[in-house]
Amino acid sequence: MSEHAHGDQKGSRFIQHHYDDAQHQFDSGKLAIWLFLAQEVLFFSALFVAYIIFRTQHPEIFEYGSQYLDRTMGAVNTLVLIGSSFTAAYAVRCAQLRNQRTLVICLAITLACALGFLTIKYFEYSEKIHHGTLYGKKFVPHVDPDGATFPEDAVIKPCIHGSEGNLGADPSIPPPAEGEAAPCPDNTNMFFTLYFAMTGLHGLHVLFGVFVFIWLLVRAMKGHFTPDYYGPVDYAALYWHLVDLIWIFLFPLYYLI
Amino acid sequence: MAKENPENPSYTSFLEDPHGIMGHRGGFWGWFGTFDHKRIGIMYLCGILASLMVGGLFALLVRLELFFPGETIIGPQAYNEFFTLHGAIMVFLVIVPGIPAALGNIALPMQLGAPDVAFPRLNLASFYLWCVGAVLLVGAMAMGFVTDQTGVDTGWTFYTPYSLKEHTAGDAILMSLVGVFLLGFSSIFTGLNFLTTIHKFRAKGMGWFQMPLNLWALYATGIMQVLATPVLGITVLLLSVERFLEIGIFDPVLGGDPILFQHFFWFYSHPAVYIMIIPAMGVISELITTFSHKHIFGYRFIAWSSLSLALLSFLVWGHHLFVSGQSRMAGMIFSALTFTVAIPSAIKVFNWTATLYKGVIRLQTPMLYALSFVLLFTIGGLTGLFLGVISIDVHLHDTYFVVAHFHYVMMGSTLVAFLGGLHYWFPKFTGKMYPEKLGQFISVMVFFGFNLTFLPQFVMGSRGMTRRYWDYDPEFTLMHQLSTIGAFVLGISLFIVVCYLFWAAYKGEKAPPNPWGASTLEWESPSPPPLYNFVEQPPLPELYEYDELVYDDEEGGYVRKLRDGGEVRSYRRYVRSKPSGGH
Amino acid sequence: MSVLSSLMGTMQADSAGQAVGQAAQQASGAEQAATQAGQAVINIPKTAWQDPGTNTFWLPEAASVTTDNVDWIYLGLIGLSIFCFIGITAAVVYFTIKYRQRPGHERPLPSPSHNNPLEITWTLIPAIICVFLFVAGWRGYVDLATPPQHALEISVTGLKWKWKFTYPNGVDDPNGELHVPVNRSVRLVMSSNDVIHSFFIPAFRIKQDVVPQRYTQLWFKATQPGVYRMYCAEYCGLEHSQMKTVIVVHEPGGYADYLARIEEQALNIPPAELGKKMYDNYCIACHTLDGTTKVGPSFKDLVLGGQNEMTDGSSIVVDENYIRESIVEPQAKVRKGYPASMPSFKGVLSDKKINGVIAFIKSLNDGSQQ
Repeated sequence: MSEHAHGDQKGSRFIQHHYDDAQHQFDSGKLAIWLFLAQEVLFFSALFVAYIIFRTQHPEIFEYGSQYLDRTMGAVNTLVLIGSSFTAAYAVRCAQLRNQRTLVICLAITLACALGFLTIKYFEYSEKIHHGTLYGKKFVPHVDPDGATFPEDAVIKPCIHGSEGNLGADPSIPPPAEGEAAPCPDNTNMFFTLYFAMTGLHGLHVLFGVFVFIWLLVRAMKGHFTPDYYGPVDYAALYWHLVDLIWIFLFPLYYLI
Repeated sequence: MAKENPENPSYTSFLEDPHGIMGHRGGFWGWFGTFDHKRIGIMYLCGILASLMVGGLFALLVRLELFFPGETIIGPQAYNEFFTLHGAIMVFLVIVPGIPAALGNIALPMQLGAPDVAFPRLNLASFYLWCVGAVLLVGAMAMGFVTDQTGVDTGWTFYTPYSLKEHTAGDAILMSLVGVFLLGFSSIFTGLNFLTTIHKFRAKGMGWFQMPLNLWALYATGIMQVLATPVLGITVLLLSVERFLEIGIFDPVLGGDPILFQHFFWFYSHPAVYIMIIPAMGVISELITTFSHKHIFGYRFIAWSSLSLALLSFLVWGHHLFVSGQSRMAGMIFSALTFTVAIPSAIKVFNWTATLYKGVIRLQTPMLYALSFVLLFTIGGLTGLFLGVISIDVHLHDTYFVVAHFHYVMMGSTLVAFLGGLHYWFPKFTGKMYPEKLGQFISVMVFFGFNLTFLPQFVMGSRGMTRRYWDYDPEFTLMHQLSTIGAFVLGISLFIVVCYLFWAAYKGEKAPPNPWGASTLEWESPSPPPLYNFVEQPPLPELYEYDELVYDDEEGGYVRKLRDGGEVRSYRRYVRSKPSGGH
Repeated sequence: MSVLSSLMGTMQADSAGQAVGQAAQQASGAEQAATQAGQAVINIPKTAWQDPGTNTFWLPEAASVTTDNVDWIYLGLIGLSIFCFIGITAAVVYFTIKYRQRPGHERPLPSPSHNNPLEITWTLIPAIICVFLFVAGWRGYVDLATPPQHALEISVTGLKWKWKFTYPNGVDDPNGELHVPVNRSVRLVMSSNDVIHSFFIPAFRIKQDVVPQRYTQLWFKATQPGVYRMYCAEYCGLEHSQMKTVIVVHEPGGYADYLARIEEQALNIPPAELGKKMYDNYCIACHTLDGTTKVGPSFKDLVLGGQNEMTDGSSIVVDENYIRESIVEPQAKVRKGYPASMPSFKGVLSDKKINGVIAFIKSLNDGSQQ
């Protein structure tokens, strides 16, 4: 190991010298990114487990809460992500074929889709903030899913299972008047806690993907990626597929069922 | 500078070779800018030993407080913060990264015959994460002493709802949670790096079953680090967000589930126990075979038991929740699964013992630690059976019995193996020998101090002494006092170890390439090794075969005398050259 | 003189007894002396832990029917562990001495590096032992986790940093001590007011976490009258180590006396305060104090000497008799505008309690309260 060849002998100048050759570096990176994705799956798994547990215990709050969500925006976002997964995968192929121009275009589209996803998510979140349908303690909804307003004093108490105990129907709360909303089920706030936790964490992953694709785009424009050095594009695409996959689970779990 | 000579090729050791981001040899950037796994390992080692001293100091303060019932030196608030400090530092900063990140970093690529780990930059990044995590964790805990805010007094387990904002005010807990989060990712990246390195960087001809057992253990550890630690990451992330935004997922008042936190926490923290102990078992396997000068007994059984422990460790977390209110069915399943981990552990102990049979046993310091390990781990493992028996666990849960049990495993086993491994590889990465007689004496003191500390705790716990108590019934005074005396013997011994190792790193005698007659690849390189580990790629030695290794007085260590053709060739000697100043 | 201090008198000779007595004193604190809780209620000649037969080196006294499930496996495992440990230690020490490096023993003797029959043997034997341990532990646990039917139910609340025990008659123990009868199954229904605590009685070998916003349960059947230590086993903050108390197991009859005594003591307060307690327990769901309407009329309108209009159109003067009648026979006179839905509290509230309610209602309109 006294000779550590650089550059030309191994192909691309990005092959680090402790690897035997380009293939060795690529394979190592590929294994590592799969391990990283396994780690990501476990990272999200806790939240999915929480979803299963809360849903089993309180199915009604999920049925009720999901009516607040905008299915159209969710569906559009799903399409945006699936589309960007395709362009990410095509970018890998372009890098393998030394197709510089299409590579740049594919990366740019992927980046645009990631930003588009975040924009749509921004509109969804701001609507939630506007209607007070937030997580945990901040869950103070002004309207029910159909747009009817809650009576003044019936907003928070029926929704949060407070320490004073709210196990039965509270007789002090009068039945809703004509045109007013019926109280939401106990613990509806937990639906939004999980919604924000899971979509928020997913959103952070999309945001991280945005930075990754900006970095790839810059490198692609400089012509760094060649058929013997396209690992970063491949790894980023794999990561992006996982982000896409998680959303494909999140969309039905929150918006559809 | 030595002349180039085919019999005695010259080389520059990694300690003197200029390298790193800026091409420095020493100084800040020579170390903090390095990608060399050995330097990173040494930096981890320094950080871990420093943390060990801090964590140990707080252990001694806690023990001192318990010398008498009622207040001895500190009040209950300080006591609660001290045991939290002790636990969190020891678990997250010392024992989890101890063997994999410090000793593993030094030994793993060399045992594979590789120039470095697969991702040297990621390796350095893991170390940075460890540093930042350590600063945040220790800083958060120190906030209790330097500011008006209360420090972290939740215990290292951060159980909800006690760790929620309404019960524990202040920013210190949030800060420590961020620290734990970063430490978790440091561990994940180390595991990911090691797994890839073992897969892709084995020397030519080294099949899976020609790997030293230490590598099997690190491989099993890597799997757990990658698959279990993210759950800790998301758990402390959720808890941080809970404290920050009150999202309510663990808050019973908002409809959340505090027991869910315990499930998440132990889904990581039980495998974490194996993240701590399996690398220790790997080190011990190396030590026992080397110092018995004999092939390890039952190689495949030890290798498979490491892997099966890693996989089973994911299935037993519920035994930490036997009295938390989980269902009886869950209790039954977790109790049954818990016993399955006893079997691979027992297999290892029997195989280590059998390795001694008909060997040539040298009781040098690493071997003394290894034999201590076998005995202490046996106690730790057997007392684990008590806690697996679900009806007994109901009585013993959260008592000193549990405290003693996990100290036998985490400290008596893991830390002792860490010390054994540290003494074992110390000549390799420093090129110096530690004082042998002192080392032997201290290893015996560690053994006795440890047992004096923790044996009485088994009795106390069985008799109903609950853990994390600042005050206790006078009935337990004598046993607490024995325990405290033992802790001081242990603490002073460990302090002496750290002192003489630092002394020896500078002033110790020069070490031969193979002082112990070990058969694995790292000893085929000079001490200390060159930057990329080997002056020239050595032929793959036969694993755990010691016939070729004989002691050479002139060398001061073991040399390899090849049998082929009846010719006896002496082990090659490399001549260390002065720093070359360029590469 | 408190229960425990009186007990101390009977156990001076026993140092372990003093330990328990002191612990109990610490737990109950100074207010114990002030209250006359269980004075003379228990008259226990000898406590179980003084019996050397059940108090071994390893385990504390055993005083519940389920302890045998735990103790024999525990002591058996201690034996097994010592046997295994001595076996391993003997082998390690023997090999180390016999095969130590010394002149004349420089090379290892020929010996195999693996032996599958041996490996299978030392895999199977621990496996069989483990199966046995699991089954034994599981059977014991089923007993521990299954309360018998018709057990005496006591409600337990964990608070930072004390325990509250509420007996079936609705009275709390004034000292935060748990009193139970001997030889009777007791089921504890437990919950926490703040963080997770854990209810632990070493002498009964039982422990169960106490969790906020949910109920956990625990049962036992004490076999020996006596005083036993009880701890919080789950870390709960600053005074975790002070969150301990005692459980007093009464001889037959003693428990009923104790209940009567604490109930009487609970009533032995100014009538208006007693009335407030009754209000909080029984009336608050339907009657407010601030004039707003719930199911029934607010107590604020119930001014003594005032006039109330009834459903049948008549009008009555509010006085003590009217209030009393409204409690024991509510349908007799129903106030106009309200449903006739109030249940009778006859037999639920004693005369003393009814008098308390009346005094409380009176006090509302003095302007001195609320």
